[in-house]
Amino acid sequence: MSFDVQAVRAQFPILSQQVDGKPLIYLDNAATTQKPQAVIDALMSFYTQTNANVHRGAHKLSDEATRRYEKARDQVAAFINANSREEVIWTAGTTEGINLVAHGLAKQLEAGDEVVVTEMEHHANLVTWQQACIQSGATLRVAPIFDNGELDIETFQSYLGPNTRMVAFPHVSNALGTLNPVKDLVAMAKRYDALVLVDGAQGIAHGGVDVQDLGCDFYAFSGHKLFGPTGIGVLWGRRSVLEDWPVWMTGGEMIAEVSYQSASWGALPLRLEAGTPHIAGAIGLGAAVEWFGSLDLAAVQAHEKALIESAMLQARNIEGMRLIGTAPNKVGILSFVMDNAHPADIGFILDRQGVAIRTGDNCAQPLMNRLGINGTARASFSLYNTLDEVDAFFVALRKAQSMLA
Amino acid sequence: MALPSSEEIIEDLAFFDDWEQRYQYIIDLGKALPRLQDEQKTPERLVKGCQSSVWLVTSVNEGKLHFDADSDAVIVHGLLALVMAAYNDKTPQQILDFDIDGYFEALDLERHISPTRGNGLRSIVGKIQTLAKQTA
Repeated sequence: MSFDVQAVRAQFPILSQQVDGKPLIYLDNAATTQKPQAVIDALMSFYTQTNANVHRGAHKLSDEATRRYEKARDQVAAFINANSREEVIWTAGTTEGINLVAHGLAKQLEAGDEVVVTEMEHHANLVTWQQACIQSGATLRVAPIFDNGELDIETFQSYLGPNTRMVAFPHVSNALGTLNPVKDLVAMAKRYDALVLVDGAQGIAHGGVDVQDLGCDFYAFSGHKLFGPTGIGVLWGRRSVLEDWPVWMTGGEMIAEVSYQSASWGALPLRLEAGTPHIAGAIGLGAAVEWFGSLDLAAVQAHEKALIESAMLQARNIEGMRLIGTAPNKVGILSFVMDNAHPADIGFILDRQGVAIRTGDNCAQPLMNRLGINGTARASFSLYNTLDEVDAFFVALRKAQSMLA
Repeated sequence: MALPSSEEIIEDLAFFDDWEQRYQYIIDLGKALPRLQDEQKTPERLVKGCQSSVWLVTSVNEGKLHFDADSDAVIVHGLLALVMAAYNDKTPQQILDFDIDGYFEALDLERHISPTRGNGLRSIVGKIQTLAKQTA
């Protein structure tokens, strides 16, 4: 197999549109990815042919909806190489997955316990643990990064110890693009039997994730950053850990028996999925992993590497442009600041030229403070971006630079 | 240049047919809007958007409201100048009567004032309208 970017682009209807009369150049993929026709079709087909609630209907539509919904769970389980389908918990997204784990952990933590995160966290993988520590009296330890955005692994390691209960870090940093050595970090944490959660929001779409191989206990990601719908995500958890993880939300679907005064919980995965789920979203995400998994992932990675390398190279020729995040292992994300031009202004002028980027604190205020900046402009690439688009981005950027001079 | 009136701005912007000239005009308007002194940029005057920050200083003079505003981004500063042109040194009733959304629509800039943009402009407009209501 190989990778034909034009053939892939053709499957994304939104990419052929124009913005203010200029071809859309979508470089905000770390915020959300666009959706291929296969995902749009799956959503359309669900709502036009089989919409019904799942697991409880006494009719054909409900059976079919349940079948498609649970098939999506199988598709995700296969995609991430889960040990079993029961380890795949549907959530609203990465944030909810982390919250599910953090709320459960908060009930078990006590003073003296430690939770280790890194300086490069997105708010979703920081505030959750910070609050769990505040509630329980445990200590939050924040492992430092180097100025280039790479994790200081020696110090990270020195923060681990017999009191470490949870270690949480991103697979890929949303603000810097840093690709963390997940397996190594997990192995270090496991010497102390700490639980490990990997924030996979940015990691999941950049290549095959094998949760068994990574060795972590939890891997959380969002469907919408993986070519799927918004509002659906996955918390993968190791079965032995998930089985008696404290329930976070209670309600329908997740119970075994209920009386007016008491209730008992059902089995995985439903015990952690209270209420009517995002059925269409799950089916859409199933279609997305099926679609993504059918690509030659090594060729996809090579293509994405070519994009970021071209961008890093061209950035060197732009006077006054400073890259934020230059770790040697880096994927998909070009964060930068410019002398004499505020990121918001750059964003405005790129937008007028059809180029969509993110500007601001990247939901990582402590990281921005650590780096001594207020925010960045961030171009983030996905598999459907082309080298021509990278070039066009720099043409647009030079225009912004000259207008703002 | 001195800050033109809102009517003049609508007229000026209608004159340009390409976006570059329009944005250049907005940037230049921003240059005409005086900057705040650093000591005026206090936390209670800060409206922090997730993309850029703006500061608003308000005062009342003989029944008219006066505003000084600043932003760390030049285009937002220019957009603030548009807002100042509409609201500055007007009575509270004039401010409440002014159709700010229609104004930005006439300027073809409505997407910059929409609540979805994290640039703080919408909050500034809200603050000015609230103050006008309290003073009216």
